[in-house]
This record gives sequence, C-alpha cells and structure tokens, in this order.
Amino acid sequence: MRTLVAWCPDWPVVAAGVALDQAAAVVGGAGGRVLACSAAARAQGVRRGLRRREAEARCTGLRMLAANPDGEARAFEAVAAALASLSPRLEVLRPGTVALPTRGPSRYFRGDRALTDRAAALGEEVLAGRGHCQVGVADGLFAAVLAARRGVVVEPGGSAAFLAPFPVAALDLAASLGTSSSAELAELANLFRRLGLRTLGDVAALPAAQLAGRFGPAGVRVATWCRGLDDRPPHPRVPPPDLTVVAELDPPADRVEAAAFVARALATELGERLAAAGQTCTRVRIEAETEHGETLSRRWRTEGLVLAVALVERARWQLDGWCNGTGAVRPTGGIAVLRLVPEEVRADRGLQLGFWGGATAADERAARGVARLQGLLGPEAVTVPRCRGGRGPAEQVVLVPAHAGVPVGNGSSHASAAEVQAPWPGRIPPPSPALLTVAVAPPVEVLDATGAAVAVTGRGIATAAPARISVAGGSWFEVVAWAGPWPVDERWWDQAARCRRARIQVATAAGEAHLLILNGGRWALEATYD
Amino acid sequence: MALARPRDVEALHQAGEWARPVTLVSEQLLPVLSSLEPLLPDGGLRRGSTVTVDGAPGATTLALALGAAASASGSWVAAVGLPSLGLSAAAELGVALERMVVVTSPPAQAWATVVAALIDSVELVWVGLPRRVAAGDAHRLAARARERGSVLVPLAARGATATWRARGAAWPEPADIRLVVSSTTWAGLGGSGAGRLEARRVEVVATGRGAASRERRVPLWLPGPDGRVLALGAPSAPVLRRFDHLRRDPFDKERGGGSQGVAG
Repeated sequence: MRTLVAWCPDWPVVAAGVALDQAAAVVGGAGGRVLACSAAARAQGVRRGLRRREAEARCTGLRMLAANPDGEARAFEAVAAALASLSPRLEVLRPGTVALPTRGPSRYFRGDRALTDRAAALGEEVLAGRGHCQVGVADGLFAAVLAARRGVVVEPGGSAAFLAPFPVAALDLAASLGTSSSAELAELANLFRRLGLRTLGDVAALPAAQLAGRFGPAGVRVATWCRGLDDRPPHPRVPPPDLTVVAELDPPADRVEAAAFVARALATELGERLAAAGQTCTRVRIEAETEHGETLSRRWRTEGLVLAVALVERARWQLDGWCNGTGAVRPTGGIAVLRLVPEEVRADRGLQLGFWGGATAADERAARGVARLQGLLGPEAVTVPRCRGGRGPAEQVVLVPAHAGVPVGNGSSHASAAEVQAPWPGRIPPPSPALLTVAVAPPVEVLDATGAAVAVTGRGIATAAPARISVAGGSWFEVVAWAGPWPVDERWWDQAARCRRARIQVATAAGEAHLLILNGGRWALEATYD
Repeated sequence: MALARPRDVEALHQAGEWARPVTLVSEQLLPVLSSLEPLLPDGGLRRGSTVTVDGAPGATTLALALGAAASASGSWVAAVGLPSLGLSAAAELGVALERMVVVTSPPAQAWATVVAALIDSVELVWVGLPRRVAAGDAHRLAARARERGSVLVPLAARGATATWRARGAAWPEPADIRLVVSSTTWAGLGGSGAGRLEARRVEVVATGRGAASRERRVPLWLPGPDGRVLALGAPSAPVLRRFDHLRRDPFDKERGGGSQGVAG
C-alpha cells in the first residue's frame, strides 16, 4: 500500500525543547546509553548507543537529558494533530514518526509530491523552527520510513529498487513498525551480514520460502519489507462505535455483587457482538459512574484470555477496589451506569497455548490472582521478590510491585547473576536468617563477662567476648557462643550516605541465634535465625 | 441369603478395580524435600491440607523448607502477612523466588479476603496470623484450601523481636498436620568469635489428624552444613569443621577472650 511517512529527526531532543544548534543527547534505557542526539552533537561524533561517559568525552559541554517517553508523545501530539488534517487514517508509529495511506489525500492534493510538500509545510508550521519535518512516500510502510529519512518520493513500483542499496543495518528502523523488537532486528541484521548478505537487495533476492525455513516468521516479515510490501495494513481497525455496551442501573446498585451481575450480562453481550463480527478485543476500558456523577475508568488488557469471563472478573475487581477500598476514593452513591468500551479490536485468530515452556496453567492462575489482589489492595501492595547483591540479609532480596496481568515468573525481572555473585566483602555467609526486623531494628545491650559494654575497634576486632544480651530492654540471655565481627565500610566516598558497621552472630542458651549489628556505637537486632 | 461364591468375590474385586477413581492420592501431593518425607504420612503435602508449624526457634525455616521442593518443581507459592520473612533464606532452602508472590501487610479488615484470593491463585500459602483470628474465618479458609487444592501453612506472626515475647494468635482450627520444632542446637561457632553459624540440629515432632495422628519424631539438619535440609544421621551428612584451633587475631589471647564451648 502506498504510504506517506512524516519524520521529525531527533524527536526526543526536539521534544525536550533544545535549540537546534545546541549539542544535546537523550540518555536512557538499561545501562544509560544515548537514545538520540541533536545534529550539533552528531557533528562532534556523538552517536546512538554510545555510553553516556563516552558521549561526554567526544563532545565537551554536551547537555544530557533523561529520556521521557510520555513527554515526547505529548509534545508530538501537536504535530500528529496537524497532519491528521490530511487524512483521518493517520497512525503514530512512535513519537516523531507518523504514517498515513496516500490513496485518498494524494488524489485530493493532485499527486504525491504536492501532498508531500503540504505535509512538510504543515509539520514545519507546527514546529515553528524548533525542529524539522521530513516527508517521504513509497510503496510499503518500511520503504516509506526509509524514504522519509531521505526526504524523497519513490515512484510507484520502485520501492524494491529504492530499498536494494540500503545496508541490512537499516532494518533497525523497522522496529517502529511494531511487529518486531529492535533487539530481534539487530540480531537478524547481524546474522545477515555474517552470512554475506550486505544489502536489503541481497535479502530480497532470496526465495521467500527459504527465508521462512531458515529465519521463521521474522524472516518472512523482512523479506516482505525488502520487496516494498506491507506485512500488515498501516492503520489499526478503528472499532465501530456500536461495539460499546452500556447498561443503566435503575435503581443504582449499592453492592458490588449487584453491579457485577449486570457486568456479566454486558460482557456476554460484548462477547457476542465481537464474535458476530469475527473479532476479538485486546484492550477494554471499563467505566463505572455513580448516581452522583463520580466516575472510575480503568483500562484492562484482555489478550490471551477468555473475554467474557475475564471481563466479569475485572469489572468485579475494579468495582470491589473502588467501593470497598480506602475511604478517600470511595464513591458516595450507588453505581448507576456501567460501560464496556473495546479499545483495541482485531480479527480473532484464536489462542494457542504453548505446548512446552511458555505460560502454564499455574502461571495463568497466579497472574489472575495477582491482578485480582492489585484491584483489591492497589498495585503497590502485591510484590514479587527480586534477587539483588548485597551484604546484609535484608539487602540481598528486595520486593518490587508485581506487573498486573503479566505472568510474573519470567527471569527477566531478576538482577544479573554477576551482580548477585559479586564478592560483596563483609557479606554474612549463608545460611541466611529466616526472620528480619522490619522498619526499626530494636536496640540490644551486649555485655561481656565483667558487665562492660562490648564494642568493636577501628581495626574491626571485638573488645571483649559477649557474655549476655538483652533485646529492647527485655530479660537477659546468656550468650553461649558467638562469631564475628564482620566489619562493613560502605559508601566511604559519600559524606552523607557513608556508614561503618559491624555484625556479629550470637547463639543464646535458649537455643536462639541472632544477627546483631553495630551502627554508630549502638547494637541493634538485625535478624533472627529462626 | 446365600454366601457369595468365590467367583463372585473375584468379579467384585475386578469391578472395584475398574470403578476406582483415576486420581490416586500420590497424584494429589505436592512434593517435599526428601529429608522431610518421614514427617508426613503420605510422603508429601496433600493438596488441600492445612499444616501448622510452630515451636522452638526454627519454625520459620521449617515452614520455608516445606514449600521448597514444590516451588522448585514449578508450583507457585505466596507469603502473606509475614513482613519479616527472610527471603534470601527462602531462596537458599530452594524456594524459587520467581514463582513467589508476597503481600507483606494486608489491611486487617481485608486479611481473610487476601488470604482467600491467594489460596485461589497459588498452590502453597504461608500465612502470617494477625493478633486475633476469628474461628469462622479460619474454618472458611481451610475449607477453601481443601476445595481449591492449595496447601495452607499458618504461622504465628512474629517479628524478630517477638520471638522473645509471647507469640501471636494460634490457628484456631484443628490442622491436618501439626509440626513442632522441639529442640534446637546450633553448630559451627568456635570459641572467641571464630567460625560462623553453619548448621542447626533440630528435632521435629509431627502429629495431626487421621493417618497423621501417630506421633513422628524426626531429627534433622535444618539447614545442614551445605545449606540443604538433611536427615540427621544420613550417610551424606558431612562432618562439621571445628574452629577451636583458629584465632582471628594473635592479640586476642591477651584480652582473655577465653575459649567458649561450641554451641552444640
């Protein structure tokens, strides 16, 4: 399909409000690499993917900006709105790049070139000198993206020839098409290069069947792009308005159960309507409104779930959390209107669960439970442990909020093995204590046989053997054995955050074992080996 | 009425074979570490059962060890109301943290709801009991676990400090299996600060209802010197190193650090 792509170069930098002649770079992602840089910075050798320090070394006075995807998208909305006057079927590929099919507008504006000039003028007008807008037209979305980079109009049928001389590294730009991740494409491009396929023309010359056999679906997609074709239509199907289902509750429902009962009928109706159209819905907005006009609207992903069941569950969680939640947000009246709005609708291709690996039934069940609890308690209250390196027992594992709807048990949320297995001098050797003190560690008095307080010298040696301890002013326990101290000198380079501490293990006559920590001359109970 | 002939009896036995339910008891078990098998009448955690763990220091570790094998073999586990749980200890015992959900402090009025939701979604739940548990709540939760096939492990909630004082509430329901750690001895600490806490010998007493009513006493390494839970006296139990001869500082003698007895 013939497509027009408008591209604003270095959009993250432009969106941050940096003047065109200023050297600036946007840094973000894992490891803090350069995501985008201004033309002035590029002239001094700054490139995408450089480490922050390297970029600073190449260009002195480089202004570093933190990546702000939300802000970029917000700032781009003005440009997208201006270009939407050309065609309503506009699609934002990512902030900085939009695509629209040219068939109608091109005829209206008398040709692709006139349309291109018009689009560029609209873009430049909105940007008002803060940035540029380049426009290209070609057959196929991928070819159009590259045409926009060059700012050219490729004649109909000329996309394959236009793409042929590009190096395979240009496949990286296809990440904005949304079907393949950037990492997947980079790996594929690397593989092509090693196999001796240097240009997109080389790839396009291979038989599609062989590409499919060797590289799978990704290979088929790449072959399609390189021939100047599309692997999907360039605009998502806008859901027709009649798919929204509404129910008015009269009298308003005071109890969640009553509202959930109505939601069940609504969800069934929505499921039937979608099924009649042969479609499925991957994102739904559930809106509830009370008789006093308070509204609660929340979006839910329903991909890979049985729609009607999932919707009833989610409606119930949402209403449960709202009506029975904390007092501040609780509605004052009964629920009067319930609305289910499908936001992403696409053809129903069915769902195939993985045979080996992938999400199992247990993972699905757990993910549902997590989503339900998050509806009940709020997203922060449901956590999953994450391994992290550290010296103290409490530092080695931290709790992070679980992601709603995503099977939580993927290894990606865990820190690298290198971080966990790093030496951490001063770390208490395993076994780890099974009970930690939360919040404030209770103070402990540690006395030696003569009744004098035990301290640790600057060289990390205990002044005497502990003989008895008392936790938080409680009764005294005789220490039968002890070990340590393990001195820790952390963050000595930072005046504010530095701390010198020492830990000892004590075993009491009662059979209990504790981990005590000395901080600023005071002992405290850090953990118990229960 | 005539006595049944031997052929009829044989046919009846055969019919009984055919009509037997397909699911066997052994298929409804969650696996446990091999050293804990002697504690449980079925050699595993029966799905839907309630197992309380209590006793001298060591209850938390024993509770974590109960879920380790199930978690490692792909089951999901959850901990609720246990803000002081040492998760690195759980990981060392073999609990797969990537399949674990933690709700540290559920609000008091929603406690039963949260526990019920977790029973619905994971296969083993460690439940920290609040100050007071209504008997009705406990009954309903146990029934829910039985229905959903999840194992409920109630633990008297305690911070590390509370071990010194009276414990929280006890589980008001009669549990299917009650595990009590009856004695604890630590090993590995040398005299005058040498060594480290290395291994712990405990004795666990298991009682319960039905098949579990016969009392079982099992001595265990919890954990053993290699970090695993081992049966005491198992041939693989390694000999502990002693640290009595080691001194970390040559000047230590002058301060009269005095050789302490090894704990255990």
